[in-house]
Amino acid sequence: MASSMATMRERLSQAPWGLWWIQGYRLTRIELRRNLFSWRAAWIYFLAFVPTFILLIHLVVDRHSGNSISEDTSILAGIVQLYYIRLGVFFGCLGIFSRLIRGEMIERSIHFYLLSPVRRELQLLAKFAAGSIAAILLFASAILANFVLVYVGFGAAGSDYIFNGPGLGQMESYLAIIVLACLGYGAVFLLLSMMFRNPTPAAMLVLGWEAINPILPSLLQKLSVASYLRHLMPVQVGAEGIFALLTVKTEPVPAWQATLGLMALIAVVLFYSCLRIRKLEIRYTTD
Amino acid sequence: MSDQIIFEDVSKFYGEVLGVNRITLSIPPGITTLVGPNGSGKTTLMNLMTGLIQPSRGRLSVLGLTPADATEFFSAVGYCAQFDSFPRNITGWQFVYDSLMLYGMEKAMAADFTVEALDRVQLGEAAGRRIAGYSKGMRQKIRLAQSIAHHPRVLVLDEPLNGLDPMARAESMALFEDLGRQGMHVIISSHILDEVDRISDRVILITGGYLIAEGDIHQVRQEVHEKPMQVLIRCDRPEVLASRMFSVNHCVEARLHADGKGVFLRTSELDQFYSMLNGIAAEGLIKIDSVAPADDDANAIYQYLIGTEGSAS
Repeated sequence: MASSMATMRERLSQAPWGLWWIQGYRLTRIELRRNLFSWRAAWIYFLAFVPTFILLIHLVVDRHSGNSISEDTSILAGIVQLYYIRLGVFFGCLGIFSRLIRGEMIERSIHFYLLSPVRRELQLLAKFAAGSIAAILLFASAILANFVLVYVGFGAAGSDYIFNGPGLGQMESYLAIIVLACLGYGAVFLLLSMMFRNPTPAAMLVLGWEAINPILPSLLQKLSVASYLRHLMPVQVGAEGIFALLTVKTEPVPAWQATLGLMALIAVVLFYSCLRIRKLEIRYTTD
Repeated sequence: MSDQIIFEDVSKFYGEVLGVNRITLSIPPGITTLVGPNGSGKTTLMNLMTGLIQPSRGRLSVLGLTPADATEFFSAVGYCAQFDSFPRNITGWQFVYDSLMLYGMEKAMAADFTVEALDRVQLGEAAGRRIAGYSKGMRQKIRLAQSIAHHPRVLVLDEPLNGLDPMARAESMALFEDLGRQGMHVIISSHILDEVDRISDRVILITGGYLIAEGDIHQVRQEVHEKPMQVLIRCDRPEVLASRMFSVNHCVEARLHADGKGVFLRTSELDQFYSMLNGIAAEGLIKIDSVAPADDDANAIYQYLIGTEGSAS
């Protein structure tokens, strides 16, 4: 057996990229199985599906008329922008991504990963991939369910709005926004969970930053996940009072530019996280 | 490639707290025991060796490798840490199998290696159960299985006998001895000095973060000049032997064995002592059954150099 191990090591050392791919894939699967789909994450399912539940009640109780499609379209846009981006995905990703490293430190099991033959940068990226898959599956399902529940009550008019009108395009935009939000907040919270023993206060600062971001100079606006996502919204939300803070209009930016900007921000945050994890030390007594 | 574990002037500080200070060491293959009281720096040394923490200054390498190259390094090194915690909701089998899959091996090969490791620690039957339901001894065993499953060349064991019953302890000791005989580096820290002493080739004494002594146990003992060597002689007339030795040799202490069939003699001139003993044996007046050093084990060295009787941990 020892000789077969030596042969395998020799073979894999000649193809490091192949080995890294296998390791990353397997680590992602292990991570998904171990950490992300469990009853402990029940509160995140709750966050994701609260609007779905409310929309379901609305569907059962209220009568829909064809005239209110545009009104319900605005409500759906409000749910995505005011609830999912600002609260649901934000706190959901905080729960999912801060668990990946800080949670393992609290449970004193992260050393098993750090003692594995997987480069630490790869471990971080695999954890990020696992967290992203879990968050996207959860919130994209919720958005899809919400979309269906909003328009199904309108019968033929709703079907016409989706398939012959702007509905399908809006749904695609919402899904893209949710994917980018999960990746963006995920990268931020993964980093915060490495930097702070309790990342929640830092996450509250991020929440505050996101809220005041629209009134900041344009350079600072680039350091915000929500500011990029705002430019991708297919339906603009008009809000008053305190909600206006969450929906302040900024200079329009093309969708491709906003997407690239956010991807660049994610890449920078992940790069810095990779640097940090290389220096990560295990001292459970102080962690 | 070097076959040594090398520490070059390694220090580790946790903020202003000293972990270990200016450790320079070279550990050859075989079984090496780390001995020192609580908080002496043994776990820090092991964590440094395995890359869980990084030195504040100095350099270290294991077989010429450093943890920066994780793939090579952790293929060569296995660490059974003393942290008694595991990933949640996982069976013993999954725990070992998952860790092997990260080496990039095929599923069948990982399964074979898992079976082999579980058999070596005699945990095969409980492998399908969740680790959360394991006893402390079983958790210790499954950690050991995971650390040896990939056939490392260096095995670092932090208190590996903790929680094991006497039978399991004996089995583990036999396993460590077997691995040491195969030419592996086996680094053990344990407070059960009497047991690890039987299989250790070398000892490293550490206290307060400082290296006190290191090397072959018998050599280290002989270098402790302020504590003369103690020898147990089994014979039929121990009191006569004691008086003869006192009259001509540099004996400084004599104590009869509890069963009255032997005497502990302490001498500062070991060579002269043995030569004198040979003379007495040749005279035929005293029938000598056996002669053996009584305090050149890790426990005695620990007491002499560190001073807290029997409380190494």
